[in-house]
Amino acid sequence: MSVQLWTYLLVGLTFGLYIAIAIWSRAASTKEFYVAGGGISPWANGLATAADWMSAASFISMAGLISFMGYDGSVYLMGWTGGYVLLALLLAPYLRKFGQFTVPDFVGERYYSKSARVVAVLCALLVSFTYVAGQMRGVGVVFSRFLEVDINTGVIIGMIIVLFYAVLGGMKGITYTQVAQFCVLIFAFMVPAIFISIQMTGNPIPQLGMGSQLNDGSGTYLLERLNGLSQELGFANYTEGSKSRIDVFAITLALMVGTAGLPHVIVRFFTVKRVRDARKSAGIALLCIALLYTTAPAVAVFARTNLIDTVNSKPYNTMPEWFKNWEATGLLQFDDKNQDGIIQYNASSQNELQVDRDIMVLANPEIADLPPWVVALVAAGGLAAALSTAAGLLLVISSSISHDLIKKVFRPDISEKGELWSARLAAALAVVVAGYFGINPPGFVAAVVALAFGLAAASFFPAIILGIFYKKMNREGAISGMIVGISLMLFYMLKFKFGLFDGGKTAVAELQESWWWGISPEGFGSIAMVVNFIVALTVNRFYPPPPKEVQALVEEIRIPRGAGSAHQH
Amino acid sequence: MSPKSDQHKRYWRQNLRYLKLLLIIWFLASYGAAIIFKDLLDQLVIGGFPLGFWMAQQGAIYVFVILIFVYVGLMNRLDKKYDVNE
Repeated sequence: MSVQLWTYLLVGLTFGLYIAIAIWSRAASTKEFYVAGGGISPWANGLATAADWMSAASFISMAGLISFMGYDGSVYLMGWTGGYVLLALLLAPYLRKFGQFTVPDFVGERYYSKSARVVAVLCALLVSFTYVAGQMRGVGVVFSRFLEVDINTGVIIGMIIVLFYAVLGGMKGITYTQVAQFCVLIFAFMVPAIFISIQMTGNPIPQLGMGSQLNDGSGTYLLERLNGLSQELGFANYTEGSKSRIDVFAITLALMVGTAGLPHVIVRFFTVKRVRDARKSAGIALLCIALLYTTAPAVAVFARTNLIDTVNSKPYNTMPEWFKNWEATGLLQFDDKNQDGIIQYNASSQNELQVDRDIMVLANPEIADLPPWVVALVAAGGLAAALSTAAGLLLVISSSISHDLIKKVFRPDISEKGELWSARLAAALAVVVAGYFGINPPGFVAAVVALAFGLAAASFFPAIILGIFYKKMNREGAISGMIVGISLMLFYMLKFKFGLFDGGKTAVAELQESWWWGISPEGFGSIAMVVNFIVALTVNRFYPPPPKEVQALVEEIRIPRGAGSAHQH
Repeated sequence: MSPKSDQHKRYWRQNLRYLKLLLIIWFLASYGAAIIFKDLLDQLVIGGFPLGFWMAQQGAIYVFVILIFVYVGLMNRLDKKYDVNE
């Protein structure tokens, strides 16, 4: 069977599975729609959280990015896992005990203020919309390469699938589909990695294969060989990287704190039964995530070495079929500058090959010459990763609108049924908007996703931490902290990422010289977070402490017992 | 002060002690070993891995997973001891 046929088969089967699960587990009440009735087991929630978290970026882009960044790529590996330690230790148990439906719920109740809730809703919407556009785009890319439909058609097919199960099933449907999607995506990621690890080093465990000797009998270690190749071609040493240490530090911190502040991740911990389940399912989630995240750096090393070996100094007309296929998508470009018919790939201006980072994972099985079903499996896995994250984000968007805005701010007297229908309507609208951005990407999706982490770090994280660990924290402090944190982050991104104040995108490269303390916009969320803390604590001193009942609420969320019962604060 | 809320205070203080300890390890494993002291650790090469590089791309992640499960275990015990479990 051809790759094409296998892809249709596997993608069709997995899509059928997701839809069947959605029909079986549709939501009947708002509680089921928002938090799956609060009765999900810690294992199911852990797996669902992992699928929710691992997006098209984790599955498709991350290993590719690392393979070009070497050590610098560690910022993603540590940043997107270390945040779960913060979640499990500092946030999840207490937010579960608090026990309502959304993150703005917590901010609004804890800071006894509608304006705090509205600020939180705006942040949640901004973060989630920017994120979901990227997912839809990922769906489109996979469809266009493997099913050879137009990217826009791919986005629309993806929209219909997500619309179907997010609108029908709410959180309950999403949770069980995500469990299935986790199984598909992890299998699809591991199989090629194991094959290639055996091929290159003889070790079936990629995590170990990455540090093993090559299979060619030379006794050279894989990483030594890659460092040697990198030096030879003028790239930075693979295990060294080229970013400054302070920037690596700042980006890692911003990503970790941002992870812990992302509403679509936090809300998953509202779905379990007890406080202890919230802690445990954070551990299970990280275990599942770690499986992919410790394999990704191995895939990066294999793919990078394989790519250099396959293409460098080889005649263009001996290139295998995958090379031509990817050239057709424009993601791989060869320009024979010296007209010798041979591919020169290096770090100098004489480089003749442009490789898009995104194709490394998708092309990897083909580069390594694996059987067609493995190639098709990767396509199904990429779709599972993109769809599961998109669904989680859409739920946050719809609950922000129907619960936090309509029910809690504009129409408190809305009926249960009315709220459920407005949640469904909001989800449907959100899918359409997300699809629009997927078809017409704003041209800076990657930059905006980085902004989402910075925003979450600069806004939610300090407000929630102080709300739990500092009983005397008042609303004036928290709100001014959030506003100053977000504004500073926005200013820094606009200035240094978009060059807004210095003549637009062309000025961005030069502005790098004047980064504050040498910290990139991606890492600046960590500074904005610290500023948020300082402003919040300073302003806090000039206003009265929160009312007695709010202080009692803080006391209460610190004690696990009683989370099972419903709360009316 | 009622004896019950006194119990709760002590429970909370013990929780904070655990958090402090675990977060120090969290910091040392990632920001310490994998970033600040990376060059120092890289002088030690185990198998094909320079140690600092290994911490950054593998070790720190394993430490994170272990930390969460240790916390789960510690807190389940503490919840029982102070009779605040569910």
